[in-house]
Amino acid sequence: MNIPANLKYSKSHEWVEFTSDTTAKIGLTDFAQSELGDIVFVNLPGVLDTVTAGESLGDVESVKAVSDIISPVSATVSNVNEKLADTPENLNSDPYGAWLIEVEEITGAEELLDAAAYEAFCKEG
Amino acid sequence: MELKTPLYECHLAAGGKMVPFAGWLLPVQYAGVIDEHMAVRQKAGLFDVSHMGEVTLTGPDALANLNHLFTNDFTSLVVGKVRYSTLCNDAGGVVDDVLVYRTGENAYLLVVNAANRHKDVDWMRARLTGDAALEDVSDSYAQLALQGPAAKGILEKLAKPGDIPEKYYSFVENAEVAGVSCLLSQTGYTGEHGYELYCAAADGPKLWDALLAAGKDAGLVPAGLGARDTLRLEASMPLYGHEMDDSITPLETGLAFCVKMDKPDFIGKTALAEKGAPKIARVGLKITGRGIAREHCPVFAGEAQIGETTSGTHLPYLNGAYAMALIDKAHSEPGTELEVDVRGRRITAEIVPLPFYKRG
Repeated sequence: MNIPANLKYSKSHEWVEFTSDTTAKIGLTDFAQSELGDIVFVNLPGVLDTVTAGESLGDVESVKAVSDIISPVSATVSNVNEKLADTPENLNSDPYGAWLIEVEEITGAEELLDAAAYEAFCKEG
Repeated sequence: MELKTPLYECHLAAGGKMVPFAGWLLPVQYAGVIDEHMAVRQKAGLFDVSHMGEVTLTGPDALANLNHLFTNDFTSLVVGKVRYSTLCNDAGGVVDDVLVYRTGENAYLLVVNAANRHKDVDWMRARLTGDAALEDVSDSYAQLALQGPAAKGILEKLAKPGDIPEKYYSFVENAEVAGVSCLLSQTGYTGEHGYELYCAAADGPKLWDALLAAGKDAGLVPAGLGARDTLRLEASMPLYGHEMDDSITPLETGLAFCVKMDKPDFIGKTALAEKGAPKIARVGLKITGRGIAREHCPVFAGEAQIGETTSGTHLPYLNGAYAMALIDKAHSEPGTELEVDVRGRRITAEIVPLPFYKRG
């Protein structure tokens, strides 16, 4: 399983790349995409929407199931990866390249794990 | 605790992702649902369906009991043939849907849904009349499904031509496949040409391994429950617990072909006759908006809810989101534009003819 050392991770399997103290990129981890299976649709918020740490920011659908995407931070959406509308399968093939949203004005966050702690968390099941 | 099929170790060896299903631990997928689905449409897939229940009905009054218990008519079913039927309760709701194999003059093999096995056996046993015996033999069988355009060629490597059934819904008992004695039928639940193989539980792994090895060059892959569900939905085959259940009649879900109202009597006939022409219909929906409708999504015509979806997902071969729904018959014409509520969001859908997919 791929868990890049430079990212932070939520226990609901989102990754966060802080690009400054108040801005970040958010995506789904390799573990998440592997558990979901073939991803066929993703429903994301719009630019300027607010997202709240611990609450759903959208959902991701695989052939098998639908799953909420839990926002790891409280912030304002500054950019949305529109390419995923046509190529949701990139969430499977490139989970750390296929980011979901970028956010700014971060005011709070879930408990986030570093790579080693996240790896241990995934192994606990 | 979940039961393990005779193929459990084979699934682990093949990288199957095991999940609980109807009391069994079964692989939901190996490489991935889409790859497995496409393999069955274009090459071949091998499924473990050992969770299905097998029940024998034997004795001089076996046929009379079948015709009383089931909605279809088995009078013309000859040895070596298979017939699909529903089993109704007194109110006309569906207890289960089954395949009936005639294995002898007074002998039938019934294949029932895993989740309904004990319910069915109790239901039928309590209503048997005359000289007939019912026996649940599920635990003695492993059942494999070999499905896809390459299936026949793969079997031909392992079995004599005379042992491979040539017609749809026919079977050969005591066929020998890779040295394993099987009941081999040309049946399936994928919409493709294919076979189902019933063998002694202990022989299951040997048969599984032999089929996978023989099919390797033809592109045969192991396929899990995920692909089994997307394939049957793409082929628009109803699934018990979704398109039918104890409260839905076979006529409402579009299975009139297996309900013989001209039979003298069968359980549920009176209720079905009293209900008359069904007021709801099973339809196919192509989701034209953005999103995926799954089961139990309310379906709307304007502001009026007219029914709900019974199954739905992204269908890999058709490459789009589709659902089946039970709705008010007045709105069931193909071409009708409807809306589906997907977790609070209304998305557009259009009724399209069933089946969604039919092999060419």
